[in-house]
Amino acid sequence: MTYAIQAEGLVKRFGETQALAGVDLTARPGTVLGVLGPNGAGKTTAVRVLATLLKPDAGTALVGGFDVVRDAHRVRQLIGLTGQYAGVDEMLTGTENLILIGRLLGMSRAESRARAAGLLERFDLSDASERAAKTYSGGMRRRLDLAASLVGRPQILFLDEPTTGLDPRSRNGLWDIVRGLIDDGVTVLLTTQYLEEADQLADDIVVIDHGRVIAHGTPDALKTQVGGQILEVRPVTRADEVTVARIVSDLTDALPEVRDGLVSVPIADSSVMPAVVRRLDEAGVLVGELSLRKSSLDEVFFALTGQRTEEDIEPELTTSGASA
Amino acid sequence: MTTMTVPERRVTPATAVRNTLTLAWRNLVQIKHNPMELIDLSIQPIMFVLLFAYVFGPAMSGSVAAYLPILIPGIIVQNALFATMTTGVGLNVDVTKGVFDRLRSLPIARTAPLAGRIIADVVRQAWSMAILLAVGMLIGFRIQTSALALIPAFGLLLAFALLLSWASVFIGLSVSEPEKVQVFGFVVIFPLTFLSNAFIPLSNNYPAWIHNIMEYNPVSQIANAIRGLLIGHDVAGHSQPVIGPAINALLWGVAIAAIFIPLSLRAYKRRV
Ligand SMILES: Nc1ncnc2c1ncn2[C@@H]1O[C@H](COP(=O)(O)OP(=O)(O)OP(=O)(O)O)[C@@H](O)[C@H]1O
Ligand SMILES: [Mg+2]
Repeated sequence: MTYAIQAEGLVKRFGETQALAGVDLTARPGTVLGVLGPNGAGKTTAVRVLATLLKPDAGTALVGGFDVVRDAHRVRQLIGLTGQYAGVDEMLTGTENLILIGRLLGMSRAESRARAAGLLERFDLSDASERAAKTYSGGMRRRLDLAASLVGRPQILFLDEPTTGLDPRSRNGLWDIVRGLIDDGVTVLLTTQYLEEADQLADDIVVIDHGRVIAHGTPDALKTQVGGQILEVRPVTRADEVTVARIVSDLTDALPEVRDGLVSVPIADSSVMPAVVRRLDEAGVLVGELSLRKSSLDEVFFALTGQRTEEDIEPELTTSGASA
Repeated sequence: MTTMTVPERRVTPATAVRNTLTLAWRNLVQIKHNPMELIDLSIQPIMFVLLFAYVFGPAMSGSVAAYLPILIPGIIVQNALFATMTTGVGLNVDVTKGVFDRLRSLPIARTAPLAGRIIADVVRQAWSMAILLAVGMLIGFRIQTSALALIPAFGLLLAFALLLSWASVFIGLSVSEPEKVQVFGFVVIFPLTFLSNAFIPLSNNYPAWIHNIMEYNPVSQIANAIRGLLIGHDVAGHSQPVIGPAINALLWGVAIAAIFIPLSLRAYKRRV
């Protein structure tokens, strides 16, 4: 088996909506495949097909070497799923939710109880383990759901926006858990709205939009492929940003973005740099910071889909793009 | 973890049974944390028993005691019908909250979530029947045949409820939110139970068509069968046959199940 997950030409329509319009993707064993895409792109639909919850209208998918339609029962023995909407039983306690899964997977009472306690500990839920899940906060539910998907020690794990709604600490905790799973040889397919998350975790990324894969590759390859480079200039006096913007726009023919006194513009190659420096000097602008860097995944995403991601709305979670 | 154990091709019947029982446990264990649920389950029927007995009783039959032989079997039947809605509501909650997605991603028998729910609800049914009977006996209802008659009476009621609950399964799998199941239930079950002899003795004062509905209504049939089993005679003192009405009631149940089982299974396959 070369790929842990291998999908070809997946098509799924819901009435008028073409949710998947021929999606191909592959994940190598023991790696993280990040699936990126704006709202409604088809990420959840793709995950549901791969996790045997939905039959595709066309195309095939092999998970762990088994066909998700013909051999669904076998696929289910290999996978774990954390759906976009937490699938926990609100009336049961955290412990019971996990025991339920353990028992359904054929574990003994004692075994499933021990497994539940271990996972609750790992997900920081021990204190709430005997409370009904309906009393949990959104983030706690999410973590319980993740724990539930790990009860059976899956070889292949599907995580549909696993960190949406988690605070930064829980998010980092989850990243560590995913890294730990990868060390154990687990293959992870993770959808996310957060480019930083894909950048941090994914070995490969596919970008989906309108049910199609519009780009794929390693995070670095994508950054190079799409964005070229970004020129950033920060004048010492904030008032100069207008002048700076005019100059770089003259020289690059692109529309610069001005944010908090930082002017940034995509450029095709670095040969304009000397001209930029000269013109700024002539205009008498004192430059505080001038840099050239690879575009961030955020910019790649924007260039590919024409949409900003949620990182813009949650600035405390962004790290500025990778430095050049 | 990287060693690939070769997965099974399908579930064995033994696993299917175990899965079903585990999921039935799941649907009942919540009562342990929320014992109030058992009271919730019974508070409305108990209220009905008391209101009907003390308000309608004297007007209808001259006294509370004389009305109870009509009322208690009738209200147990009505309550059993309302209780079938629990099945639909529970399924709907599971589907809408994503619990079904989780269950379906597991290597368990496809039918287990449905079967587990139905089994758990039969247990709930038995509980609420017992409660109503107990309340009835507290206020003066008497089994006039033999205590052993309770066994066929409960068996018949549970079988009837189980058959009818397929309508609830179908509704639960078809509507978008749990509240709609309830609304549907009320709209169907209230007229069905009131156009019957559940709360009143059938008289000839009704127009023929209403009389016919009331007479052949499955609720009347099963209420008669229960009255026959527990009391043995009707209001006028004539002996109350059991077999005929019981068969009629079960035929109704089978007809309803025959319609709704295929519909439900189709909706189940599509939805889950
Ligand atoms: N059960 C369904 N019935 C009808 N339309 C559906 C259904 N599921 C998904 N869709 C439609 O298919 C498209 C893709 O939806 P999907 O949930 O896969 O997107 P997504 O990429 O996961 O989006 P998000 O980031 O918002 O979760 C959307 O237009 C959605 O409205
Ligand atoms: Mg989604």
